[in-house]
Amino acid sequence: MTVAAEATAHRSRRRPRSKRIAQASVPYLLILPVVVVITAILGYPLYKLVVLSFQQYGLAELIQAATSGAPAPWVGFDNYSSVLHDEVFWQVLLRTVIFTVANVALTIGLGTLIAFLLIRVSTWVRVPLTAALVLAWSMPAVVAVQIWLWMTNFENGVLNYVLTELHVGDYTGHDWYGSTFSKLAMVTLLIVWGAIPFVTITVYAGLAQVPRELVEAAEIDGAGPVRVFRDVTFPILKPIFLILTSLSIIWDFGVFTQPYLLIGSSAVDTTNYLMGVYVFIEGYAHSDFGRGAAISLLMLLIISVLSVFYVRRMVKMGEAS
Amino acid sequence: MVTEAAPSAPQVTRAVPRVASVRRARRRRMRRAAWNVVGLAVFVVVVFPVFWMVSTAFKPDNEIHSLTPTWFPTSPTLQHFRDAMARPYFWDTVKNSLIVVGVVVVLSVVVAFLAAVGLAKYRFTGNKLFVVLVIGILMLPQAGLVIPLYVVLAKYHLTNHLLGLVFTHLVILLPFAVWTLRGFIMGIPKELEEAAMVDGSSRLGAFTRILLPLVAPGLVATSVFVFITSWNEYIFANVILTDQANQTLTVWLSYFYGTSRATDWGGLMAASTLTAIPVVIFFLLVQRKIAFGLTAGAVKA
Repeated sequence: MTVAAEATAHRSRRRPRSKRIAQASVPYLLILPVVVVITAILGYPLYKLVVLSFQQYGLAELIQAATSGAPAPWVGFDNYSSVLHDEVFWQVLLRTVIFTVANVALTIGLGTLIAFLLIRVSTWVRVPLTAALVLAWSMPAVVAVQIWLWMTNFENGVLNYVLTELHVGDYTGHDWYGSTFSKLAMVTLLIVWGAIPFVTITVYAGLAQVPRELVEAAEIDGAGPVRVFRDVTFPILKPIFLILTSLSIIWDFGVFTQPYLLIGSSAVDTTNYLMGVYVFIEGYAHSDFGRGAAISLLMLLIISVLSVFYVRRMVKMGEAS
Repeated sequence: MVTEAAPSAPQVTRAVPRVASVRRARRRRMRRAAWNVVGLAVFVVVVFPVFWMVSTAFKPDNEIHSLTPTWFPTSPTLQHFRDAMARPYFWDTVKNSLIVVGVVVVLSVVVAFLAAVGLAKYRFTGNKLFVVLVIGILMLPQAGLVIPLYVVLAKYHLTNHLLGLVFTHLVILLPFAVWTLRGFIMGIPKELEEAAMVDGSSRLGAFTRILLPLVAPGLVATSVFVFITSWNEYIFANVILTDQANQTLTVWLSYFYGTSRATDWGGLMAASTLTAIPVVIFFLLVQRKIAFGLTAGAVKA
């Protein structure tokens, strides 16, 4: 065995240089296709995004580019100053931050509680509950939006019926899309419902790795469930929580499909924009691509800052394993 | 059952520990029963939206529009499914979705597999940069990429063309596929391959005979997840494909609501069910395998 290993080592040392270079280039050849595809399809548009943000680029320029290829006029930092001096931008930013905090807190909080519930219930409850979570998780966003529209419909939506029957109040004919707060609350319900399963199932898997003896020892020492969580379980699960929270922040900050479709393309406006919807309407729907590009870049910048933690963490883990 | 223990009385002292343990066991059973009730309540809340979609899809219109809803369809009908499938562009958009998804799955898994092997099996300068690139792209918000992708695709006359959407989906899904496949490949013990090479196999031989069969489940799981994401994708499909006959199924579904003043809820729920079915089936198959890719390694086993 060792002789064979030595022999191969010896042989490789004597390999001609050209062969060694060929060997070293293998990983680069393997990643080359991915790099080429990403650079061609994403790199160029990203470069274009930066260029666009300094241009006046509307529908006319778009048609021009596709036909004659004439360049669009340069406007310097006009797009940026227009956006940064726009009250709407700051309102949308603030609204999106509050929305993100609420959604992330609800998702992580409820998701964790359900994970703890899963260890406490009997198997005949755990199995259907897990199945329900996976089912909710698998629903496509567009489908989930249609279900929500139907359940919250003011005429014969089941939500109004149930709330009235439970004597929460008279919700007959209640319009859930009347005020900004109510609209965004419905979007929050939809997003939290769809996002809880990922959190619950990840935390539940993590809980299985908390040594039982530690929890029991703490309980014998008289620690209640809250203290056990704070001093024993949470420190062990902390890496999981950090990753789940940063992923949720990134996803919720940039969310588009749920708010756009649930509020409705005809009802989204400056009073209820979230960042993803705002950039879509201002840039694409209004065909003001230059200004939209400036907003996109600002949004990408914020998300990059938010992502630094997650990316660093994943890279470190990639090295460790 | 004795519930009152009098520790002072000598004849019951021996029975005290038993009574206490019986009582403790009973309290534990009570507590478990209480948790089970909470668990069932959560089950109902979590499953209800999906149940309501399927239930509505099978109900006749008079049951759907009644002010007191019936929980289960009393006289189930397939009429809504027939209506949904008969609506204009349903089959066109199903076909388009299948074409886009098929091409994207094949291209992204093949190309990503090569890169994943490069990342998992070789140490090379720049591999960290590549990992940062891959994960960084995974984090980009899609809404922020709509404008540049649309403008560039419009310039090359690729809007309103399935190819434009295929390109876009490739960019979103390649990083994801690279990252998960890399995890699967790294999960295979190095010794297996090395053993094959010591036994005289070439590197390529060891690769095709040892690595490939072992990584096949990972390839299947990744393909399925690429399938699901591409099938579900909405924003780019909506922007890039403008003609109704060129759109994908999710975009078709998103226009279903609000096409007329009185929405056909039964038809909408039947159409939603039809859209979700392939996703749910595939998701159930591979959920276990992929769920932890995004958090892999956060807790050491």
